Amino acid sequence: MIMPEERIIVPKPDRRKKIATIITVIVIIVGSGIIAHFNIIDVFRNLSKGVSILKRMFWPPDFTYIPNIVKPMLETIRMAIVGTCVGAIIALPIAVLAANNFIKTKWLHVPLRFILNIFRTIPALVLASLFVAVFGTGAFSGVVALSVFTFGLVSKLTYESIEAIDYGQVEALISLGANKLNILRYAIMPQILPQYLSYTLYGFEVNVRAAAVLGYVGAGGIGQLFEFNLAWRKFGKIGMIIIFSFCVVMIIDLVSSSIRKRLV
Amino acid sequence: MEKIIIKKERNYLKMSLKALYYIVVFSLIIWGFKGIEYKGIMKTASSSINALLDGFIHPDLTYAKDLTIDGLPYAVLETIAIAISGTFVSAILAIPFALLASQNIVGVKVARVGKVIVTLIRSFPELILALMFISVVGPGAPAGILALGIHSIGMLGKLFSEAIESMDMGVKEALESCGGNYFEVLFRAVLPQVSPELLSYTLYRFEINMRAASTLGLVGAGGIGAPLIFAIRNRAWSRAGIIIIVLIVTVTIIDQISGRIRKRLV
Repeated sequence: MIMPEERIIVPKPDRRKKIATIITVIVIIVGSGIIAHFNIIDVFRNLSKGVSILKRMFWPPDFTYIPNIVKPMLETIRMAIVGTCVGAIIALPIAVLAANNFIKTKWLHVPLRFILNIFRTIPALVLASLFVAVFGTGAFSGVVALSVFTFGLVSKLTYESIEAIDYGQVEALISLGANKLNILRYAIMPQILPQYLSYTLYGFEVNVRAAAVLGYVGAGGIGQLFEFNLAWRKFGKIGMIIIFSFCVVMIIDLVSSSIRKRLV
Repeated sequence: MEKIIIKKERNYLKMSLKALYYIVVFSLIIWGFKGIEYKGIMKTASSSINALLDGFIHPDLTYAKDLTIDGLPYAVLETIAIAISGTFVSAILAIPFALLASQNIVGVKVARVGKVIVTLIRSFPELILALMFISVVGPGAPAGILALGIHSIGMLGKLFSEAIESMDMGVKEALESCGGNYFEVLFRAVLPQVSPELLSYTLYRFEINMRAASTLGLVGAGGIGAPLIFAIRNRAWSRAGIIIIVLIVTVTIIDQISGRIRKRLV
Protein backbone atom coordinates (compact mmCIF):
# COMPACT_ATOMS: atom_id res chain seq x y z
CA MET A 1 0.00 0.00 0.00
CA ILE A 2 1.32 3.37 -0.89
CA MET A 3 0.90 6.05 1.66
CA PRO A 4 -0.41 9.26 0.25
CA GLU A 5 2.31 11.79 0.16
CA GLU A 6 2.17 13.95 3.19
CA ARG A 7 2.60 17.60 2.71
CA ILE A 8 3.93 19.99 5.25
CA ILE A 9 2.50 23.39 4.70
CA VAL A 10 4.52 26.16 6.17
CA PRO A 11 2.36 29.23 6.62
CA LYS A 12 3.89 32.15 4.84
CA PRO A 13 4.59 35.14 7.03
CA ASP A 14 2.41 38.13 6.30
CA ARG A 15 4.47 39.90 3.70
CA ARG A 16 2.16 42.85 3.30
CA LYS A 17 2.84 44.12 6.79
CA LYS A 18 6.57 43.81 6.28
CA ILE A 19 6.46 45.63 2.95
CA ALA A 20 4.29 48.38 4.42
CA THR A 21 6.78 48.88 7.26
CA ILE A 22 9.72 49.04 4.87
CA ILE A 23 7.93 51.53 2.61
CA THR A 24 7.03 53.72 5.60
CA VAL A 25 10.62 53.74 6.80
CA ILE A 26 11.93 54.61 3.33
CA VAL A 27 9.39 57.41 2.97
CA ILE A 28 10.38 58.83 6.36
CA ILE A 29 14.10 58.72 5.55
CA VAL A 30 13.77 60.13 2.02
CA GLY A 31 11.26 62.73 3.22
CA SER A 32 13.57 63.97 5.94
CA GLY A 33 16.43 64.12 3.48
CA ILE A 34 14.29 66.33 1.22
CA ILE A 35 13.12 68.56 4.08
CA ALA A 36 16.68 69.10 5.23
CA HIS A 37 17.84 69.80 1.63
CA PHE A 38 20.45 67.09 1.92
CA ASN A 39 22.24 66.61 -1.35
CA ILE A 40 25.02 64.07 -1.43
CA ILE A 41 26.38 65.43 -4.76
CA ASP A 42 26.83 68.83 -3.12
CA VAL A 43 28.91 67.20 -0.42
CA PHE A 44 31.27 65.57 -2.88
CA ARG A 45 31.50 68.75 -4.94
CA ASN A 46 32.68 70.66 -1.87
CA LEU A 47 34.94 67.92 -0.62
CA SER A 48 38.12 69.62 -1.81
CA LYS A 49 37.15 72.73 0.16
CA GLY A 50 36.78 70.60 3.27
CA VAL A 51 40.12 68.93 2.75
CA SER A 52 41.86 72.28 2.38
CA ILE A 53 40.29 73.57 5.61
CA LEU A 54 41.30 70.38 7.40
CA LYS A 55 44.82 70.87 6.11
CA ARG A 56 44.93 74.43 7.37
CA MET A 57 43.69 73.23 10.74
CA PHE A 58 46.00 70.36 11.43
CA TRP A 59 49.01 70.70 9.17
CA PRO A 60 51.44 71.96 10.24
CA PRO A 61 50.30 71.86 13.87
CA ASP A 62 50.76 75.22 15.56
CA PHE A 63 52.48 74.13 18.80
CA THR A 64 53.39 77.69 19.72
CA TYR A 65 49.75 78.31 20.57
CA ILE A 66 49.64 75.70 23.38
CA PRO A 67 50.60 78.12 26.24
CA ASN A 68 47.54 80.24 25.36
CA ILE A 69 45.27 77.18 25.55
CA VAL A 70 46.36 75.82 28.94
CA LYS A 71 44.62 78.45 31.06
CA PRO A 72 41.15 78.25 29.46
CA MET A 73 41.48 74.46 29.42
CA LEU A 74 42.09 74.48 33.19
CA GLU A 75 39.07 76.72 33.56
CA THR A 76 37.04 74.23 31.55
CA ILE A 77 38.11 71.36 33.84
CA ARG A 78 37.32 73.51 36.88
CA MET A 79 33.86 74.24 35.52
CA ALA A 80 33.27 70.54 34.98
CA ILE A 81 34.45 69.65 38.50
CA VAL A 82 32.35 72.30 40.23
CA GLY A 83 29.30 71.67 38.07
CA THR A 84 29.50 67.94 38.67
CA CYS A 85 29.94 68.39 42.44
CA VAL A 86 27.06 70.77 42.92
CA GLY A 87 24.73 68.86 40.62
CA ALA A 88 25.54 65.46 42.12
CA ILE A 89 25.18 66.65 45.73
CA ILE A 90 21.72 68.09 45.03
CA ALA A 91 20.83 64.98 43.04
CA LEU A 92 21.24 62.51 45.93
CA PRO A 93 18.40 63.66 48.23
CA ILE A 94 16.12 64.33 45.26
CA ALA A 95 16.80 60.85 43.89
CA VAL A 96 15.83 59.33 47.25
CA LEU A 97 12.56 61.27 47.17
CA ALA A 98 11.90 60.32 43.55
CA ALA A 99 12.38 56.58 44.08
CA ASN A 100 9.08 54.79 44.47
CA ASN A 101 10.23 52.27 47.06
CA PHE A 102 11.43 54.62 49.77
CA ILE A 103 8.55 57.06 49.99
CA LYS A 104 5.56 55.34 48.60
CA THR A 105 3.15 58.23 48.19
CA LYS A 106 2.54 58.85 44.55
CA TRP A 107 1.99 62.58 44.81
CA LEU A 108 5.64 63.13 45.57
CA HIS A 109 7.57 61.07 43.11
CA VAL A 110 5.35 61.49 40.06
CA PRO A 111 5.68 65.29 39.84
CA LEU A 112 9.35 65.07 40.85
CA ARG A 113 10.08 62.70 38.01
CA PHE A 114 8.21 64.93 35.64
CA ILE A 115 10.43 67.86 36.61
CA LEU A 116 13.58 65.74 36.38
CA ASN A 117 12.56 64.63 32.90
CA ILE A 118 12.21 68.24 31.82
CA PHE A 119 15.66 69.05 33.15
CA ARG A 120 17.17 66.22 31.19
CA THR A 121 15.41 67.15 27.95
CA ILE A 122 16.91 70.63 27.77
CA PRO A 123 20.38 70.36 26.22
CA ALA A 124 23.27 71.75 28.29
CA LEU A 125 24.07 74.30 25.61
CA VAL A 126 20.54 75.73 25.70
CA LEU A 127 20.69 75.88 29.50
CA ALA A 128 24.02 77.67 29.25
CA SER A 129 22.71 80.27 26.84
CA LEU A 130 19.74 80.87 29.16
CA PHE A 131 22.03 81.35 32.15
CA VAL A 132 24.38 83.59 30.17
CA ALA A 133 21.40 85.81 29.45
CA VAL A 134 20.53 85.89 33.15
CA PHE A 135 23.90 85.88 34.94
CA GLY A 136 26.07 87.41 32.25
CA THR A 137 28.97 85.84 30.35
CA GLY A 138 31.64 83.91 32.19
CA ALA A 139 32.42 80.61 33.85
CA PHE A 140 29.76 81.07 36.52
CA SER A 141 26.89 80.72 34.02
CA GLY A 142 28.54 77.62 32.63
CA VAL A 143 28.87 76.12 36.10
CA VAL A 144 25.19 76.74 36.83
CA ALA A 145 24.21 75.15 33.52
CA LEU A 146 26.41 72.12 34.13
CA SER A 147 25.05 71.77 37.68
CA VAL A 148 21.47 71.70 36.45
CA PHE A 149 22.37 69.27 33.68
CA THR A 150 24.32 66.93 36.01
CA PHE A 151 21.52 67.12 38.53
CA GLY A 152 19.04 65.84 35.95
CA LEU A 153 21.33 63.07 34.73
CA VAL A 154 22.64 61.77 38.07
CA SER A 155 19.32 61.95 39.91
CA LYS A 156 17.60 59.90 37.23
CA LEU A 157 20.24 57.18 37.17
CA THR A 158 20.39 57.14 40.98
CA TYR A 159 16.67 56.82 41.61
CA GLU A 160 16.58 53.98 39.14
CA SER A 161 19.27 52.15 41.07
CA ILE A 162 17.51 52.88 44.38
CA GLU A 163 14.47 51.18 42.91
CA ALA A 164 16.58 48.19 41.94
CA ILE A 165 18.14 47.59 45.39
CA ASP A 166 17.81 44.36 47.30
CA TYR A 167 14.66 45.10 49.29
CA GLY A 168 15.31 42.30 51.79
CA GLN A 169 17.67 44.51 53.74
CA VAL A 170 15.03 47.21 54.05
CA GLU A 171 12.48 44.68 55.26
CA ALA A 172 14.94 43.27 57.77
CA LEU A 173 15.45 46.75 59.21
CA ILE A 174 11.71 47.47 59.26
CA SER A 175 11.08 44.24 61.18
CA LEU A 176 13.64 45.43 63.75
CA GLY A 177 11.70 48.66 64.13
CA ALA A 178 13.97 50.97 62.23
CA ASN A 179 12.68 54.36 61.18
CA LYS A 180 13.00 55.90 57.74
CA LEU A 181 16.34 57.55 58.46
CA ASN A 182 17.83 54.30 59.71
CA ILE A 183 16.64 52.52 56.60
CA LEU A 184 18.20 55.21 54.46
CA ARG A 185 21.48 55.08 56.35
CA TYR A 186 21.91 51.33 56.75
CA ALA A 187 20.00 49.71 53.89
CA ILE A 188 19.80 52.10 50.96
CA MET A 189 22.97 54.16 51.11
CA PRO A 190 25.46 51.29 51.39
CA GLN A 191 23.83 49.62 48.42
CA ILE A 192 23.66 52.57 46.06
CA LEU A 193 26.78 54.54 47.04
CA PRO A 194 29.19 52.82 44.63
CA GLN A 195 26.73 53.24 41.79
CA TYR A 196 26.02 56.84 42.72
CA LEU A 197 29.74 57.62 42.67
CA SER A 198 30.09 55.87 39.36
CA TYR A 199 27.23 57.92 37.89
CA THR A 200 28.84 61.07 39.24
CA LEU A 201 32.09 60.21 37.50
CA TYR A 202 30.18 59.48 34.33
CA GLY A 203 28.51 62.87 34.70
CA PHE A 204 31.97 64.38 35.08
CA GLU A 205 33.11 62.82 31.81
CA VAL A 206 30.04 64.16 30.02
CA ASN A 207 30.57 67.55 31.64
CA VAL A 208 34.17 67.88 30.50
CA ARG A 209 32.98 67.48 26.94
CA ALA A 210 30.04 69.79 27.47
CA ALA A 211 32.17 72.41 29.24
CA ALA A 212 34.54 72.47 26.29
CA VAL A 213 31.78 73.74 24.00
CA LEU A 214 29.82 75.88 26.49
CA GLY A 215 32.12 78.81 25.86
CA TYR A 216 30.64 79.02 22.41
CA VAL A 217 27.56 80.70 23.89
CA GLY A 218 29.71 82.75 26.27
CA ALA A 219 29.73 80.50 29.30
CA GLY A 220 33.47 80.42 29.91
CA GLY A 221 36.17 77.87 29.28
CA ILE A 222 37.98 76.88 26.14
CA GLY A 223 34.93 77.30 23.90
CA GLN A 224 35.29 81.05 24.16
CA LEU A 225 38.80 80.89 22.73
CA PHE A 226 37.48 78.60 20.04
CA GLU A 227 34.74 81.01 19.05
CA PHE A 228 37.16 83.94 19.01
CA ASN A 229 39.51 82.13 16.64
CA LEU A 230 36.66 80.97 14.48
CA ALA A 231 35.41 84.52 14.10
CA TRP A 232 38.86 85.51 12.82
CA ARG A 233 39.09 82.32 10.74
CA LYS A 234 42.39 81.31 12.33
CA PHE A 235 42.12 77.66 11.44
CA GLY A 236 45.62 76.70 12.58
CA LYS A 237 44.87 77.85 16.12
CA ILE A 238 41.47 76.15 16.01
CA GLY A 239 43.16 72.91 15.00
CA MET A 240 45.53 73.14 17.95
CA ILE A 241 42.66 73.82 20.36
CA ILE A 242 40.85 70.77 19.00
CA ILE A 243 43.92 68.52 19.31
CA PHE A 244 44.70 69.76 22.81
CA SER A 245 41.21 69.46 24.23
CA PHE A 246 40.83 66.12 22.51
CA CYS A 247 43.90 64.78 24.34
CA VAL A 248 42.74 66.19 27.68
CA VAL A 249 39.27 64.69 27.25
CA MET A 250 40.76 61.31 26.35
CA ILE A 251 43.03 61.29 29.41
CA ILE A 252 40.20 62.28 31.75
CA ASP A 253 37.97 59.63 30.19
CA LEU A 254 40.59 56.93 30.63
CA VAL A 255 41.24 57.80 34.30
CA SER A 256 37.58 58.21 35.14
CA SER A 257 36.42 55.03 33.41
CA SER A 258 39.16 52.97 35.07
CA ILE A 259 37.99 54.27 38.48
CA ARG A 260 34.40 53.50 37.52
CA LYS A 261 35.30 49.94 36.63
CA ARG A 262 36.78 49.45 40.09
CA LEU A 263 33.79 51.04 41.80
CA VAL A 264 30.98 48.85 40.55
CA MET B 1 30.33 32.14 77.30
CA GLU B 2 32.52 32.25 74.35
CA LYS B 3 33.19 35.51 72.81
CA ILE B 4 33.47 35.91 69.12
CA ILE B 5 36.19 38.32 68.28
CA ILE B 6 36.35 39.61 64.83
CA LYS B 7 39.84 40.70 64.14
CA LYS B 8 40.03 43.84 62.14
CA GLU B 9 42.59 43.46 59.51
CA ARG B 10 44.71 46.48 59.17
CA ASN B 11 46.48 46.89 55.95
CA TYR B 12 48.31 50.13 56.41
CA LEU B 13 49.41 50.35 52.82
CA LYS B 14 45.84 50.03 51.63
CA MET B 15 44.61 52.55 54.17
CA SER B 16 47.20 55.14 53.30
CA LEU B 17 46.46 54.63 49.62
CA LYS B 18 42.81 55.24 50.33
CA ALA B 19 43.64 58.35 52.32
CA LEU B 20 45.77 59.61 49.46
CA TYR B 21 42.87 58.98 47.13
CA TYR B 22 40.54 61.10 49.23
CA ILE B 23 43.12 63.87 49.57
CA VAL B 24 43.62 64.00 45.80
CA VAL B 25 39.89 64.09 45.10
CA PHE B 26 39.17 66.75 47.70
CA SER B 27 42.07 68.95 46.68
CA LEU B 28 40.87 68.70 43.08
CA ILE B 29 37.41 69.80 44.15
CA ILE B 30 38.77 72.68 46.22
CA TRP B 31 41.02 73.70 43.32
CA GLY B 32 37.95 73.70 41.10
CA PHE B 33 35.86 75.84 43.40
CA LYS B 34 38.67 78.34 43.95
CA GLY B 35 39.09 78.97 40.25
CA ILE B 36 35.53 79.89 39.41
CA GLU B 37 35.36 83.60 39.90
CA TYR B 38 32.04 84.63 41.18
CA LYS B 39 31.46 88.16 40.05
CA GLY B 40 28.20 88.38 41.87
CA ILE B 41 24.87 88.11 40.19
CA MET B 42 24.15 91.04 37.94
CA LYS B 43 21.76 93.63 39.27
CA THR B 44 19.44 92.83 36.42
CA ALA B 45 19.37 89.11 37.26
CA SER B 46 16.17 89.11 39.27
CA SER B 47 14.30 91.16 36.70
CA SER B 48 15.57 88.99 33.86
CA ILE B 49 14.57 85.83 35.73
CA ASN B 50 11.13 87.34 36.15
CA ALA B 51 10.99 88.20 32.46
CA LEU B 52 12.14 84.68 31.61
CA LEU B 53 9.50 83.03 33.75
CA ASP B 54 6.91 85.41 32.36
CA GLY B 55 7.94 84.29 28.87
CA PHE B 56 7.38 80.67 29.82
CA ILE B 57 3.96 81.44 31.27
CA HIS B 58 2.91 83.53 28.28
CA PRO B 59 4.53 81.77 25.33
CA ASP B 60 4.37 83.33 21.89
CA LEU B 61 1.54 81.29 20.41
CA THR B 62 1.38 83.13 17.09
CA TYR B 63 4.89 81.84 16.35
CA ALA B 64 3.76 78.28 17.08
CA LYS B 65 0.87 78.68 14.62
CA ASP B 66 3.00 80.18 11.87
CA LEU B 67 3.01 77.51 9.18
CA THR B 68 5.41 79.30 6.84
CA ILE B 69 9.10 78.51 6.50
CA ASP B 70 9.91 80.99 9.29
CA GLY B 71 7.49 79.43 11.75
CA LEU B 72 8.07 77.05 14.60
CA PRO B 73 6.42 73.96 13.05
CA TYR B 74 8.85 74.06 10.14
CA ALA B 75 11.83 74.46 12.48
CA VAL B 76 10.71 71.45 14.51
CA LEU B 77 10.18 69.44 11.34
CA GLU B 78 13.62 70.40 10.11
CA THR B 79 15.19 69.37 13.43
CA ILE B 80 13.52 65.96 13.25
CA ALA B 81 14.61 65.63 9.63
CA ILE B 82 18.22 66.42 10.57
CA ALA B 83 18.12 63.84 13.35
CA ILE B 84 16.62 61.14 11.09
CA SER B 85 18.96 61.77 8.17
CA GLY B 86 22.00 62.04 10.42
CA THR B 87 21.13 58.80 12.19
CA PHE B 88 20.51 57.07 8.87
CA VAL B 89 23.86 58.17 7.45
CA SER B 90 25.71 57.13 10.58
CA ALA B 91 23.96 53.76 10.86
CA ILE B 92 25.10 52.83 7.37
CA LEU B 93 28.61 54.18 7.84
CA ALA B 94 28.89 52.50 11.25
CA ILE B 95 28.51 48.96 9.89
CA PRO B 96 31.95 48.77 8.22
CA PHE B 97 33.54 50.42 11.25
CA ALA B 98 31.79 47.93 13.54
CA LEU B 99 32.99 44.98 11.46
CA LEU B 100 36.49 46.40 11.62
CA ALA B 101 36.23 46.55 15.42
CA SER B 102 34.80 43.04 15.95
CA GLN B 103 37.22 40.39 17.15
CA ASN B 104 35.29 37.49 15.66
CA ILE B 105 35.24 39.02 12.17
CA VAL B 106 38.67 40.51 11.59
CA GLY B 107 40.76 38.99 14.37
CA VAL B 108 42.04 40.40 17.65
CA LYS B 109 44.80 42.63 16.32
CA VAL B 110 42.82 44.45 13.64
CA ALA B 111 39.86 44.75 16.02
CA ARG B 112 42.02 46.58 18.51
CA VAL B 113 42.90 49.19 15.89
CA GLY B 114 39.25 49.39 14.85
CA LYS B 115 38.18 50.00 18.44
CA VAL B 116 40.67 52.84 18.80
CA ILE B 117 39.37 54.46 15.60
CA VAL B 118 35.78 54.22 16.83
CA THR B 119 36.74 55.70 20.21
CA LEU B 120 38.54 58.57 18.51
CA ILE B 121 35.47 59.36 16.42
CA ARG B 122 33.29 59.25 19.51
CA SER B 123 35.39 61.73 21.44
CA PHE B 124 35.22 64.35 18.73
CA PRO B 125 32.51 66.84 19.73
CA GLU B 126 29.64 67.07 17.23
CA LEU B 127 29.45 70.82 17.61
CA ILE B 128 32.99 71.21 16.34
CA LEU B 129 32.25 68.77 13.52
CA ALA B 130 29.25 70.92 12.68
CA LEU B 131 31.43 74.03 12.55
CA MET B 132 33.86 72.22 10.28
CA PHE B 133 31.11 71.06 7.95
CA ILE B 134 29.61 74.53 7.87
CA SER B 135 32.83 75.73 6.32
CA VAL B 136 32.55 72.91 3.79
CA VAL B 137 28.89 72.89 2.70
CA GLY B 138 27.84 76.23 4.09
CA PRO B 139 25.43 76.92 6.96
CA GLY B 140 22.21 74.96 7.04
CA ALA B 141 20.74 71.56 7.69
CA PRO B 142 23.17 69.50 5.53
CA ALA B 143 26.07 70.55 7.76
CA GLY B 144 24.11 69.33 10.77
CA ILE B 145 23.31 66.02 9.09
CA LEU B 146 26.97 65.44 8.24
CA ALA B 147 28.07 66.34 11.77
CA LEU B 148 25.60 63.94 13.36
CA GLY B 149 26.31 61.33 10.73
CA ILE B 150 30.03 61.31 11.43
CA HIS B 151 29.86 61.78 15.19
CA SER B 152 27.31 59.00 15.74
CA ILE B 153 29.57 56.47 14.02
CA GLY B 154 31.58 56.48 17.24
CA MET B 155 28.82 55.28 19.52
CA LEU B 156 27.00 53.11 16.96
CA GLY B 157 30.24 51.48 15.83
CA LYS B 158 31.03 50.51 19.41
CA LEU B 159 27.54 49.17 20.17
CA PHE B 160 27.30 47.39 16.80
CA SER B 161 30.66 45.70 17.28
CA GLU B 162 29.61 44.53 20.75
CA ALA B 163 26.45 43.04 19.23
CA ILE B 164 28.45 41.33 16.50
CA GLU B 165 30.97 39.97 18.99
CA SER B 166 28.25 38.36 21.08
CA MET B 167 26.45 36.67 18.16
CA ASP B 168 26.18 32.94 17.54
CA MET B 169 29.23 31.98 15.50
CA GLY B 170 27.76 28.62 14.41
CA VAL B 171 25.81 30.15 11.55
CA LYS B 172 28.88 31.91 10.23
CA GLU B 173 30.95 28.71 10.44
CA ALA B 174 28.20 26.73 8.71
CA LEU B 175 28.17 29.15 5.81
CA GLU B 176 31.94 29.19 5.60
CA SER B 177 32.10 25.41 5.57
CA CYS B 178 29.63 25.41 2.67
CA GLY B 179 31.99 27.64 0.76
CA GLY B 180 30.25 30.96 1.27
CA ASN B 181 32.38 33.93 0.33
CA TYR B 182 32.93 36.97 2.51
CA PHE B 183 29.86 38.90 1.34
CA GLU B 184 27.59 35.88 1.55
CA VAL B 185 28.71 35.31 5.13
CA LEU B 186 28.17 38.96 5.92
CA PHE B 187 24.70 39.29 4.42
CA ARG B 188 23.32 35.82 5.24
CA ALA B 189 24.91 35.06 8.61
CA VAL B 190 26.14 38.16 10.39
CA LEU B 191 23.68 40.92 9.55
CA PRO B 192 20.42 38.92 9.82
CA GLN B 193 21.39 37.78 13.30
CA VAL B 194 22.33 41.15 14.68
CA SER B 195 19.84 43.31 12.78
CA PRO B 196 17.26 43.62 15.60
CA GLU B 197 19.96 44.82 17.97
CA LEU B 198 21.41 47.11 15.32
CA LEU B 199 18.00 48.67 14.71
CA SER B 200 17.40 49.07 18.40
CA TYR B 201 20.74 50.84 18.93
CA THR B 202 20.07 53.02 15.89
CA LEU B 203 16.74 54.12 17.36
CA TYR B 204 18.44 54.83 20.67
CA ARG B 205 21.00 56.96 18.89
CA PHE B 206 18.14 58.71 17.09
CA GLU B 207 16.77 59.77 20.48
CA ILE B 208 20.16 61.23 21.39
CA ASN B 209 20.52 62.85 17.97
CA MET B 210 17.16 64.52 18.39
CA ARG B 211 18.58 66.40 21.38
CA ALA B 212 21.85 67.07 19.59
CA ALA B 213 20.05 68.37 16.49
CA SER B 214 18.29 70.95 18.63
CA THR B 215 21.62 72.44 19.69
CA LEU B 216 23.34 72.30 16.31
CA GLY B 217 21.37 75.34 15.18
CA LEU B 218 23.22 77.38 17.77
CA VAL B 219 26.27 77.30 15.53
CA GLY B 220 24.24 77.63 12.32
CA ALA B 221 23.78 74.01 11.31
CA GLY B 222 20.02 74.13 10.83
CA GLY B 223 17.08 73.19 12.98
CA ILE B 224 15.37 74.76 15.95
CA GLY B 225 18.59 75.92 17.62
CA ALA B 226 18.99 79.01 15.45
CA PRO B 227 15.63 80.66 16.25
CA LEU B 228 16.17 79.65 19.88
CA ILE B 229 19.54 81.34 20.21
CA PHE B 230 18.22 84.45 18.42
CA ALA B 231 15.30 84.61 20.82
CA ILE B 232 17.56 84.18 23.87
CA ARG B 233 20.11 86.77 22.66
CA ASN B 234 17.36 89.26 21.96
CA ARG B 235 15.77 88.40 25.31
CA ALA B 236 12.53 87.61 23.49
CA TRP B 237 11.48 85.38 26.34
CA SER B 238 7.96 84.58 25.19
CA ARG B 239 9.42 83.26 21.94
CA ALA B 240 12.26 81.39 23.69
CA GLY B 241 9.61 79.98 26.04
CA ILE B 242 7.44 78.55 23.27
CA ILE B 243 10.48 77.07 21.51
CA ILE B 244 11.76 75.35 24.66
CA ILE B 245 8.29 74.08 25.59
CA VAL B 246 7.72 72.67 22.09
CA LEU B 247 11.23 71.20 22.12
CA ILE B 248 10.61 69.40 25.42
CA VAL B 249 7.25 68.07 24.24
CA THR B 250 8.64 66.88 20.89
CA VAL B 251 11.67 65.18 22.43
CA THR B 252 9.49 63.47 25.03
CA ILE B 253 7.01 62.19 22.44
CA ILE B 254 9.80 60.90 20.19
CA ASP B 255 11.45 59.21 23.18
CA GLN B 256 8.20 57.45 24.00
CA ILE B 257 7.55 56.25 20.44
CA SER B 258 11.11 55.13 19.88
CA GLY B 259 11.24 53.42 23.28
CA ARG B 260 8.08 51.44 22.43
CA ILE B 261 9.51 50.29 19.10
CA ARG B 262 12.79 49.34 20.77
CA LYS B 263 10.98 47.21 23.34
CA ARG B 264 9.23 45.31 20.57
CA LEU B 265 12.42 44.84 18.57
CA VAL B 266 14.61 43.06 21.10
